[in-house]
Amino acid sequence: MIDLVPIWTLVIGFGVFMYVLLDGFDLGVGILFPFARGEEERNLMMNSVAPVWDGNETWLVLGGTALLAVFPLAYAIIIPALYFPIALMLLGLILRGVAFEFRFKATRYMHWWNRSFFGGSLAATFFQGVVLGNFVRGFAVDGRHFAGSSFDWLSPFPLLAGLGLVCGYAMLGATWLVMKTEGELQQASRRQARWLLLGVLAFILMVSLWTPFMASQIAARWFTWPNMAYFAPVPVVTALIAWTTWHALASDRDTVPFLGAMGLFVMCYAGLAISLFPYVVPYSVTLRDAAASPSSLAFLLVGTMFLLPFVFIYTFWSYYVFRGKVRAGIGYH
Amino acid sequence: MTLDPVLLSRLQFAFVIAFHILLPAFTVGLAAYIMVLEGLYVRRRDMVYLRLSLFWTKIFAVAFGMGVVSGIVMPFQFGTNWSRYSDATANVLGPLFTYEVLAAFFLESGFLGILLFGRKLVPPWAHFFSACMVALGTLLSSFWILAANSWMQTPAGYEVIDGRYFPKDWLAILFNPSLPYRLAHTVTGFFVTTAFAVAAAAAWHLKRREHVPEATASLKMTMGLLTVLVPLQIVLGDLHGVNTVEHQPIKVAAMEGLWETRTRAPAVLFAIPDSKNETNHAEIAIPALASLYLKHDFDASVEGLKSVPSSERPPVGIVFWAFRVMVGLGLLMAAVVAWSFVLRFRGGMERSRAFLATTVAMLPVGFIAVIAGWTVTEVGRQPWVVYGLLRTRDAVSPSITGHDVLLSLAAYIVVYLVIFGAGIYYMVRLAKAGPPAETEARDAALDERPARPMSGARA
Repeated sequence: MIDLVPIWTLVIGFGVFMYVLLDGFDLGVGILFPFARGEEERNLMMNSVAPVWDGNETWLVLGGTALLAVFPLAYAIIIPALYFPIALMLLGLILRGVAFEFRFKATRYMHWWNRSFFGGSLAATFFQGVVLGNFVRGFAVDGRHFAGSSFDWLSPFPLLAGLGLVCGYAMLGATWLVMKTEGELQQASRRQARWLLLGVLAFILMVSLWTPFMASQIAARWFTWPNMAYFAPVPVVTALIAWTTWHALASDRDTVPFLGAMGLFVMCYAGLAISLFPYVVPYSVTLRDAAASPSSLAFLLVGTMFLLPFVFIYTFWSYYVFRGKVRAGIGYH
Repeated sequence: MTLDPVLLSRLQFAFVIAFHILLPAFTVGLAAYIMVLEGLYVRRRDMVYLRLSLFWTKIFAVAFGMGVVSGIVMPFQFGTNWSRYSDATANVLGPLFTYEVLAAFFLESGFLGILLFGRKLVPPWAHFFSACMVALGTLLSSFWILAANSWMQTPAGYEVIDGRYFPKDWLAILFNPSLPYRLAHTVTGFFVTTAFAVAAAAAWHLKRREHVPEATASLKMTMGLLTVLVPLQIVLGDLHGVNTVEHQPIKVAAMEGLWETRTRAPAVLFAIPDSKNETNHAEIAIPALASLYLKHDFDASVEGLKSVPSSERPPVGIVFWAFRVMVGLGLLMAAVVAWSFVLRFRGGMERSRAFLATTVAMLPVGFIAVIAGWTVTEVGRQPWVVYGLLRTRDAVSPSITGHDVLLSLAAYIVVYLVIFGAGIYYMVRLAKAGPPAETEARDAALDERPARPMSGARA
């Protein structure tokens, strides 16, 4: 029978990345909410993502369930290890998710749902970053269980990663707004996006310098010959994308900044994959050790290969229907 | 005092799922209702259906949003609090949960945007198609999640290796013995719940003599549907019970409050079960009736709770009373439906103020019955998380402490009370406001255009 672990590694890697890109920009719009001037701008910002946000978040549910189905051992170790970051991320997602509906239904208490949208988006993003930071730091494992305590996550590197992701999602959100809006809001978003781009580059630098000292596997992966030559394009391409995005933000290009911001996420994700492969629970359980039984992988793969193309088709259709600039008065249903 | 992480994790799971299940209980039926209204409008171009659809779509949007966010919590609960359950069952249940996401969640969320915001951007048939896909998504979701739940009740098609469960026969896993009954009973329950909620809104407007054409149409539709579904639900409940007697006899013994295994088992109408002394207090019972409805034979023997050691019995009182609440409300619903049936031949339901007032009061009944039914089946499965295989207390994450769970549970309670309080408030307010005025609906109808570039420009 063919080995399904590499295929599933790609599918899950892709699914998680889809989540980061898609929910990244709509969480980013939430993080930028307090910087809007007036309810009109906030309406536009929210309406630019209202028709697609719950499709975007569905990729997170897919990530959670697919990790359980495909790499159950990783799920059973990582999720309890991140008990609080995950609970806080979920509460953040709840508070910002309901704001989409409640804000337009509210009259007197609209400002509370503005806060809930901002606070929830910020918390969800920060704690996703904390999850990511802990993932890079690795987990204490004993047999088939997490061996640490529910507060192990609280340490400097994950907190830095949390701030970094806030900056990153805000950059995605700002460049999304450059693409989807016009006039003053667009101009403001351009300015924000340039600052956020600088912030993201600073965080990329800090994380890149910190991680090799944290885990010897990462140092060995990047700084030995011939790997150094193979992986040299990663920082070079990252720098090129950053340069292009910076200039596109300075000119009147609407779409390039968003593509550039997504490009930066692609490169960071690739860097992460290079650093951590072949571990799914760094640095003790490999993808292969954590994989489910061949029968489970095969049963799920058949349907996934059939269903994913449909998911792409109607996701694309939905984005296509709501293409173009978002304008006032379109948010009612 | 030491806090028990198992008990607190159970409370947390019960809390988040009880709130979550209220939303599908409403949206599964409502999605189908909106689909029917959109279909009728596309076919007959009758503005009453359009106004009703616009009205219910607004309420649906609020309920669905709450369903989405409270649903995202669920797949992470298995990991944060029940990692040993996840490790043991993932090879069997993981693919089922994932199929729910791929086949159902994406379908719902992908088309929801068009249903809610796209009426002016796509042709009418495409909007109707989106309504159909959202409704289909909610039904597929019910199938996959109930397949997983049913496997935990009546596991089949697996083998055990080192304390973990591995798939042997996927068809046997999916179509395990209790799935057909649980699926039919649950989905019908969801439809009944929605129908009573829709009927309550209609009756409220009729009582006040406002939105009369829409309210009359929707009251007739829902009461017509309920005339079929409520009796059907009682039959399905009976069949589900018979299935449970076969596969989980101790759960049924708890539901019935039967301690001794005996023939001509009585139907206990009222009792205060006493688990410590293994008996009932203040019992009122009808002789031999339980044997009849459980085994369809007066002389059949029914297993009692004492046939297994007390360590294998569920908490009897909760199961016993939740079951009585569910059945009692079912009978109440049947009475209201019978009343509506009589009124139909006596000049119409919309004229009887007593009937309208009763129908308004029936609003929460379906929801309470769903929660009660869920409690019967889930608490009745205890002390097992996977019936007969894995005990709940062996399923909890080893790393979490009682204090961890207490903290997270408190946070969930605070956030859920705020969110559900606000959501219910907004939905009730929308329901009271009623369908949109003639002009607003005509606007929506006139704005229907085939998709064209930049159609969002008209504001």
